[in-house]
Amino acid sequence: MSCDCLNPSRRAVLGASGALFAWAFMPKFAHAAQGRDARFVTIILRGALDGLTAVPPVGDPAYQDLRRSIALETGGERAALPLDGFFALHPAMPNFHRLYRAGQAAVIHACATPYRERSHFDGQDVLESGHSAPGYVDNGWLNRLLQGLPAGAQIPPGRTQPRVRGLSVGSTAPLVIRGEAPLLGWAPSVLKAADGDLPPRLMDLYGKTDPLLAQLLKEGIETGRIASGLDVKAKGGAGDPDGMEQMARGAARLLAEEEGPRIAALAFEGWDTHARETERLARLLSGLDRAFAAFQAEMGPAWTDTVVLVATEFGRTARINGTDGTDHGTATTAFLAGGAVRGGRVIADWPGLKDSQLHEGRDLAATTDLRAVVKGIATDLLGADAGHLAEAVFPGSGAVAPMKGLVT
Amino acid sequence: MANPKDLDAALALWRFGLGAKAGSIGAIKPYPRDLLQQEITEKAVPRPVGAGLLSSRDLLLAFYDYQDQVKAERERPLPAALEPTSAPAAAGPGSGSGSGPNSRRDSRSNSQTSSPGPQDAQAADGPASPGEPMAGATRPVPERGRKGADSQGGKRPFLPQQILLQEADARFNGTIHEPLIGFGERLAMFFANHFAIAAGKSGEVRVLAGCFEREAIRPHLFGRFEDLLVAVETHPAMLIFLDNRQSIGPRSPANRNGKRGLNENLAREILELHTLGVDGGYSQADVTAFARIITGWTVNRNEKRPGPLGVFSFNERAHEPGDHAVLGTTYAEGGFNQGRAVLRDLARHPATARHLAYKLARHFVADQPPPSLVAAMTAAYTKTEGDLSAVYTAMISAEEAWEPRLTKMRPPLQYVTAVLRASGIRPKPRQIVSTLKALGQPLWNPAGPNGFPDVTDGWASPEGLATRIETANLFAHQVQGKIDPRTFAGDRFGPLLSDETLQAISRAETRAQGLSLAFLSPECVRS
Repeated sequence: MSCDCLNPSRRAVLGASGALFAWAFMPKFAHAAQGRDARFVTIILRGALDGLTAVPPVGDPAYQDLRRSIALETGGERAALPLDGFFALHPAMPNFHRLYRAGQAAVIHACATPYRERSHFDGQDVLESGHSAPGYVDNGWLNRLLQGLPAGAQIPPGRTQPRVRGLSVGSTAPLVIRGEAPLLGWAPSVLKAADGDLPPRLMDLYGKTDPLLAQLLKEGIETGRIASGLDVKAKGGAGDPDGMEQMARGAARLLAEEEGPRIAALAFEGWDTHARETERLARLLSGLDRAFAAFQAEMGPAWTDTVVLVATEFGRTARINGTDGTDHGTATTAFLAGGAVRGGRVIADWPGLKDSQLHEGRDLAATTDLRAVVKGIATDLLGADAGHLAEAVFPGSGAVAPMKGLVT
Repeated sequence: MANPKDLDAALALWRFGLGAKAGSIGAIKPYPRDLLQQEITEKAVPRPVGAGLLSSRDLLLAFYDYQDQVKAERERPLPAALEPTSAPAAAGPGSGSGSGPNSRRDSRSNSQTSSPGPQDAQAADGPASPGEPMAGATRPVPERGRKGADSQGGKRPFLPQQILLQEADARFNGTIHEPLIGFGERLAMFFANHFAIAAGKSGEVRVLAGCFEREAIRPHLFGRFEDLLVAVETHPAMLIFLDNRQSIGPRSPANRNGKRGLNENLAREILELHTLGVDGGYSQADVTAFARIITGWTVNRNEKRPGPLGVFSFNERAHEPGDHAVLGTTYAEGGFNQGRAVLRDLARHPATARHLAYKLARHFVADQPPPSLVAAMTAAYTKTEGDLSAVYTAMISAEEAWEPRLTKMRPPLQYVTAVLRASGIRPKPRQIVSTLKALGQPLWNPAGPNGFPDVTDGWASPEGLATRIETANLFAHQVQGKIDPRTFAGDRFGPLLSDETLQAISRAETRAQGLSLAFLSPECVRS
């Protein structure tokens, strides 16, 4: 469906969303490192992933005693998958393990944002806003990163549709990608489509009376056109394995398109494992693992130039609590996967799990700043500018150096 | 400009109420503000009615029986031929097909009787009556029910979902259509979200989700916040959802072998979400101390444990002994009353007054509510030690609350409610539940204990709007009779109706399209 007939409102709409600067450009980045046509995906795990279960430090002498009933073993029926002798991988993640063995996946451990308190909502604000304290919720670091990247090629004459470089997956955009840069939105649809000419009639009404609704509708129309070619039916939500795989598959197909978006954000829910953690995390991690496989399968040749980053707001207590679960803690793991990842490694400045080594005597201590990881990828994969990263993307982060060598 | 009373009537319905029904603007026009105040004075909140709406105890016991039966069937060696597929499926869960443990009580039989509730008599297009078994469900049967179902050829309905649909039916085909304005029903939705539990956590929470709202929330909406707080935090749904059921005092008698311990989840969320707010000035030490104080607040499902099954139970043996300090106050050992005293002090804390006043003003009036309005509501709360009715009166007495411009976006639950009320249609509960899920606000199932967003930013997405279009279209096609969309819009929106909206509706090609446009107009999407 075209929305050219709705021209009177479009200029105002895009102007209001700050999108005019992107009007004339293709989604590719002009100067992505080494001339590659890069894709960068961020997946937020909401609820605080237990990094010590996802990537258990089986070689740490204190691990078994801290984790007791939920500790993973290196042998037996449900043995953890071997990584480097010291760290192992949760057995629900065979696809990530395969990518790791192929040098296309890496783990960052003992990693955290600057946030050191234990509220999910503040923790997510810090993780996604890119500010070092909570309370900034207007826009996210991925969107600001997008705004600062060098522009792409001119649109060929005759083209009138703006192309966007950012993709937001799910029924609401995650904070990390919200902001001025225009986004494509996509979510699996479960209801049947509306009567044919209802959307243009509605566009006419919104164009006269309600700029916000007009903008949303315009983007929705575009998204529907692009997503209508996808043969996916919604099976589950963002907190179950089917939903995760489906969101990943839809996102990957859009990212793989020649003129599709180049940057995407997804959010998976349900990682707050206060009780009976073993069963829940096995299910959730298998969903995440299927999402990795879906990205690899659907991205096709573009996988070579792709990095998928998975991060969560904070970790969980080093000790299990009284209900075979864990409470809110500090450092955790982040995952990287993609053909552009220099993988096969667990990257960690391991702080240790002895009482004296724990943060406040209870949490895995943070030794790697997640912002350094993002900066490293942004610099080496996308050609981002160091000053923009230090000032705009992660304000006040000048002292946090980009991590080198994450990208092939 | 419209007559101010007309405008007040429309705002009373669309901003503070559930939206307009046929003729309701005309009906309240002479005294809109007085009638709104009257709902507060009379503590008017409709009571969900239906044969399947049991107490939390009966619901939990029915669920435990159901689980026992599923387990027994799974463990019984085939041949399946022993069981004709039709009989047990039609009888519904809890009927005991001869061998299942079947000992606890007989109240579960209520959940399978098929007597329609009073308000369903006219529903010709067949919304499920509250007691109707959902046998033959085509939707996927999740979790534990599935294996049992598969072994019987997929016929056994999943009891927790069946109960959820009965609760949904009572709300969407019952309570929301009853009141003239519906301020009390809006408050029930608000506080159910403030004290959010998530049905997706487990079968038990799914079974209890609607009951939690009936038992813990509705009776206290117009009373003191302290009573609401205690009802909520001692309800089985909350104790199960936030894991306090299993939390055990590390030095308690129940922990003699040293294997079990504390779970901080409920204590933290009471402080952060339910009372003080995230900036309310508590520390990790306060969370831990409070968690210790409320150890032993539990729900039993094992007959070997002391105490009754399926209701709140204080287990002295799991309670952490001793005095503990929260927010600088030391609470002496006192069993259940130790935690009760903390809740009382939290309910009277100035941070709680501000937090609640702000959230209420944000919900009803504007994403950034006028500070003067929040201050007036906070003052009313403080002066009355948390009398919620006084806070509501302070809100609707303030001129700032009656600004005519609609700036918020109605969250899906309110949106669907408004469309159903305005159109008078009563779809099957399964359709309502799946629509709410598609719109991003699955019924009683937010992603976390902070509930669903209550600001425009949380809902203003292209995908959300695309789904609203599909929803409006779906419901518009269900409206029966020769309703004229122009008359419809004039009656329901009154002076809020813009010329542009009326013109768009007038130009529609079909009646259904005109209604869809009315449902999607800024007047209906915004609040």
